[in-house]
Amino acid sequence: MAAPQPINVEDLDIFYGDFLAVQGVDVQLRPRSVTALIGPSGCGKSTFLRTLNRMHEVIPGAYATGRVEINGEDIYDPRVDPVTVRRCVGMVFQKANPFPTMSIRDNVLAGVKLNHRRMPRAAADELMEQALRGANLWNEVKDRLDKPGMGLSGGQQQRLCIARTIAVQPEVVLMDEPCSALDPISTLAIEDLIHELKQEYTIVIVTHNMQQASRVSDRTGFFNIAGTGKPGHLIEIDDTDTIFTNPMNSQTEDYISGRFG
Amino acid sequence: MSTPTTVQHQTSRHRPPDERRLPWYHLLFTGLAGLLVAVVGLSLVDALSVASAIIVGFLLHLLLGWAYSLLREGPRWAKDRLMALLVIGAFAVAMFPLFSLLWEVVSRGMTRAIAARPDPFDFWTSSMSGIIGGADAGGVFHATVGTLLITLWASIISIPIGLFTAIFLVEYADHGWRKTLGTGVTFLVDVMTGIPSIVAGLFGLALFIAVMPDDSVRMGIMGAVALSLLMIPTVVRNSEEMLRLVPMDLREASYALGVPKWLTIVKVVLRTAVAGLTTGITLAIARVIGETAPLLLTVGMVTSVNWNMFDGRMATLPTFINQQYRAGSANCMSETVTDPISQEVYACTITTNIDRAWAAAFTLILIVMVLNILARLISHCFSPKLSR
Repeated sequence: MAAPQPINVEDLDIFYGDFLAVQGVDVQLRPRSVTALIGPSGCGKSTFLRTLNRMHEVIPGAYATGRVEINGEDIYDPRVDPVTVRRCVGMVFQKANPFPTMSIRDNVLAGVKLNHRRMPRAAADELMEQALRGANLWNEVKDRLDKPGMGLSGGQQQRLCIARTIAVQPEVVLMDEPCSALDPISTLAIEDLIHELKQEYTIVIVTHNMQQASRVSDRTGFFNIAGTGKPGHLIEIDDTDTIFTNPMNSQTEDYISGRFG
Repeated sequence: MSTPTTVQHQTSRHRPPDERRLPWYHLLFTGLAGLLVAVVGLSLVDALSVASAIIVGFLLHLLLGWAYSLLREGPRWAKDRLMALLVIGAFAVAMFPLFSLLWEVVSRGMTRAIAARPDPFDFWTSSMSGIIGGADAGGVFHATVGTLLITLWASIISIPIGLFTAIFLVEYADHGWRKTLGTGVTFLVDVMTGIPSIVAGLFGLALFIAVMPDDSVRMGIMGAVALSLLMIPTVVRNSEEMLRLVPMDLREASYALGVPKWLTIVKVVLRTAVAGLTTGITLAIARVIGETAPLLLTVGMVTSVNWNMFDGRMATLPTFINQQYRAGSANCMSETVTDPISQEVYACTITTNIDRAWAAAFTLILIVMVLNILARLISHCFSPKLSR
């Protein structure tokens, strides 16, 4: 694999129909590290996250203008198929969403199976074990791989979704509030996992929990909106320590010190 | 003796039983009392019958039970009793026609369908070919073949069209011109749902007469086309609802794995909804399998088996029932009838035509039941598994 490259975002505007949701994002996200995005509800941080693998286009009428370079390639180039973008930029959602019709094994291999790719049984088993170990789930499920994925606990389901995401072997993993539906113990398990995953993947995580952002991330970006109906802006992005101790912008300081939001 | 029980009551976390609460069998007493009063009262005014006794008895039971409960248990329990009885009564009223219909069809149909003739399944294996007068013979093989073939072809036409329309409405008609088209399609489907079946039959007839050289053309496929006109809206409606039930989460999970939209629809959306889709499609089939009017117009009636959907008239169970019932009582001059060609001798039964109609109705119900059981099995095998 070539040396990891940063994600370059240049002048990105995100629209829902006529509505400008996020305006003028210019940022470089470092590879093999965790970037946390914080900010009040509705400020566009999830929207921005979803533009990084073109998932926001699932919503009717949504589109984005500008450049997002992943691996030196603009994913918004008209010749680029969003499907191939999503194969190298995986995503974990707020609510664990394993496929209800599939076993644990099939859920992990969903990226392979749903794409009709043929894979020898041994290779598939190895990939599955690797992904489940990568998601710290192997020891808990190795004896019941053929049981339905929905039978796991909430935290296990979320790690199953992470295993499913890394089984596709992406370079970037996007996480949209992955712990907001989980209890503290499961949250801890996922946070530990994020620490391990950043050795291999570039991780961008949206969170409402500022303690979580300070625990897991290397860099933190702060999004804010001027008011309802106005577009969201990336106010500031810096090393996590700097953001939480000595932010440049007064809005960031107000937010992290709990003066609003 | 009584001390331990008192202690138990005090320490128990459950509330002590309400001393005023009546045992369940007080319902029997008020029920019997209501019935008795109803029988006596109705016979005094000379209006006694089983139905009237049950209805008036039930109403009196409601009144008596409520009044008694009000005195013994208090107003809240009285209301509870009254409402529970009303709900049970409504359930019984809803179930009555179902069981009465099943009982009537099975009891009347069995006599003919599984008769004590040499071959017990004779009725299902023979056709009406060469059967004359009140002969105690003949069967529905030809009509069963026709019904199954025509319904199969109607399904072959309707299920893909209906399913694809539903997929379009749910997965593609989300914005822009597609949304406008989707609204139009939904409206037209609603209009189609209201088409009277005889009109669908006329459409099938007119369509084929317009393209065929012969005006008197009758084919099984014409019936299938007419039936599919009735079936498509039901399939669309049912499938659309089932597809909308699939959570958006699952589609997003699939997209995020780099799965193209069409594969997501096939392998995630349809796969997750397959149990509901089967049920919906079975309901649509059950709806058209008993249609009579369009088949009378388009496929007519014959007495022998016709396996060819593209040539000649076919018999179907609903039209067979109609025909036999209309024939009424047979004209039995003597104890037996003799077939003029084969010289076979049959017993002559006056009620034979009516019996055949009931037996054919019984056959139709059996087919629908088997279809339902099959659909249940498929749903069961494919439904999402949630158990640990």
